[in-house]
Amino acid sequence: MLQRDYTTSQLDVLEAEAIHIMREVAAEFERPCLLFSGGKDSIVMLRIAEKAFWPAAIPFPLMHVDTGHNFDEVIEFRDRRAAELGARLIVASVQDSIDQGRVVEETGRRASRNRLQTTTLLDAIEEHEFDAVFGGARRDEEKARAKERVFSFRDDFGQWDPKNQRPELWNLYNARIRKGEHIRVFPLSNWTELDVWDYIRREGIEIPSIYFAHTRKVFERDGMLLPDSDVVQRGEDEPLFEAVVRYRTVGDMTCTGAVQSTAATVEEIIEEIAATRITERGATRADDRSSEAAMEDRKREGYF
Amino acid sequence: MDILRFATAGSVDDGKSTLIGRLLFDSKAIFEDQLEAVERTSRDRGTEYTDLSLLTDGLRAEREQGITIDVAYRYFATPRRKFIIADTPGHIQYTRNMVTGASTADLAIVLIDARKGVLEQSRRHAFLTSLLRVPHLVLAVNKMDLVDYSQERFEEIREEFTAFASKLNINDLTFIPISALNGDNVVSRSENMPWYLGTSLLHHLENVHIASDRNLTDVRFPVQYVIRPQRATDPAFHDYRGYAGQVAGGVLKPGDEVVHLPSGLTTRIASIDTFDGPIEEAFPPMSVTLRFEDDLDISRGDMIARPNNQPQSAQELEAMVCWMADGVKLGPRSKLMIKHTTRTARALVRDLHYRLDVNTLHRDEEATSLGLNEIGRVSLRVTQPLFVDDYSRNRATGGFILVDETTNATVGAGMVIDAR
Repeated sequence: MLQRDYTTSQLDVLEAEAIHIMREVAAEFERPCLLFSGGKDSIVMLRIAEKAFWPAAIPFPLMHVDTGHNFDEVIEFRDRRAAELGARLIVASVQDSIDQGRVVEETGRRASRNRLQTTTLLDAIEEHEFDAVFGGARRDEEKARAKERVFSFRDDFGQWDPKNQRPELWNLYNARIRKGEHIRVFPLSNWTELDVWDYIRREGIEIPSIYFAHTRKVFERDGMLLPDSDVVQRGEDEPLFEAVVRYRTVGDMTCTGAVQSTAATVEEIIEEIAATRITERGATRADDRSSEAAMEDRKREGYF
Repeated sequence: MDILRFATAGSVDDGKSTLIGRLLFDSKAIFEDQLEAVERTSRDRGTEYTDLSLLTDGLRAEREQGITIDVAYRYFATPRRKFIIADTPGHIQYTRNMVTGASTADLAIVLIDARKGVLEQSRRHAFLTSLLRVPHLVLAVNKMDLVDYSQERFEEIREEFTAFASKLNINDLTFIPISALNGDNVVSRSENMPWYLGTSLLHHLENVHIASDRNLTDVRFPVQYVIRPQRATDPAFHDYRGYAGQVAGGVLKPGDEVVHLPSGLTTRIASIDTFDGPIEEAFPPMSVTLRFEDDLDISRGDMIARPNNQPQSAQELEAMVCWMADGVKLGPRSKLMIKHTTRTARALVRDLHYRLDVNTLHRDEEATSLGLNEIGRVSLRVTQPLFVDDYSRNRATGGFILVDETTNATVGAGMVIDAR
């Protein structure tokens, strides 16, 4: 008989690790929740949750911090996916935070609700008394994230202290917190953008249509293609034109750029990403461009 | 394609960041916008060359001080393998970070400057690699260009290091002469060192055999979570009761006789379930759900093993501990939380036998405490039995963390060397 070598593919190893992390959270925390935006990373995370607890239902609610500036296609997808799973979906609204005077809307052409989300997120965590919050962030996305733990401690102001992180060894995660504190948990920490797409292909997971090439009216700003929309302020020196584009990341319309692409299938997207020489955040996210430490600074305040 | 996790230890002076930068760059894992950002920052600071360490030193404090403080994780892939780099600082005040990075590594690269030879810190890095039982060690003798690619110099270093390594538990040791700056023997074989008959560093990383490093002999399944659908996805699962966890050792198959700990009762595996359907065998590092033929009282923190091959059920542990807390020290009578596999208990330090000098390996038996980054051998008493193996036999069932009950900080990492 031929001896098996028991090798495991990279996607199987990453999936097993993520399932382990999810079960650890479900076992050790009272009130976890999973941040679900309808973006590809949170879609993969949701599939992992489905696998981790099957045949039981996912034992925690989903939450989306909705800026009100999201793409319609993504919101439709978010609601449909949550309904299919029979999951409870909490929508924390940045508009509500503005109406309640918790935050003040930015003004001007570059106004964005990106930074305001942090307050809405932290308020919702406090209101629902969540003690663990799953996020879909990956370490390959950004250099401050590359230093973050899988179980990332937040104090009672929701702040991250990068110089005072808990050591994380083997697969042993420290889940101990005091009341009011919480842990952000990143089950996809060790995945790369390509791993996420390979997994979407392997699992045959549905994703929102804007990830695929489509014709859209856009304008150019700082080398990024922003969409024609009521919520994006466009100057007269920023003419609209039609282009065949797709989105590599899905965030707020005001700060998420499209890339010119004809990739219409997951296979074509994988080919495109394997060949690209620009990171997904560098290509498409204005929010990361404001300074060398833009992400670190926002994360310290409690951002995703 | 499988995954190789490797740790690199060293400081900027050893050329560690240059080496990582080169591996990432040559495997196209550095992107244009990242490189542009690094070039811009280097230029703003008046640095003449592109400082690749800026790629890995991600925190503001690290860039300001020009040092690596914390473990950074980096990713690249070749057609053969996906690689996860745990990039750790080399200075003694960051020993805990190196221990952290080494805990999950399949392989460690220790960098030596060919001009300086085997230094105190190279010995320390090699010792930590062996303490954490990283299965493969590569000694990369860097800056060969600065010693005229001298075979004699390389052999000197190899001999000196081999003599030192014989005192450690290192099973697989490979020496590679490189120049990270010029790319000699990093991705492809160098023409500057025809006397070197081995492979390039990347070729070694792509081909080193790691499948046998896992323990496929001793069945160990720490029960992590009990799955009992209250709201099943399908009414057929109304009476379902499964025990979820990640296999920590051995190969499990349906029909196998197993023992449940702590009860000592035996049963058989009825089924190994996953979302994608039942499977015929499970082995590390798979996350699966087991069902048993008999209805036993099983909960999180319990262990499944084979009747004739069980871990030690122990409340008295002998262990090497690396202390990671600032301020508070570890000493006799210290009370801590201990987390081992999926079980958490309280632990009392009964004795500190010695503190190890990580540079000289000298054992100081007069020591009365362990401070930050210090390593020593301790005796622990635990409030409830832990199901342990020697760390040298199984890293998953031999490793544990210590947590301070008042601050909730992770303050120690332990490796079991004996249990009763």
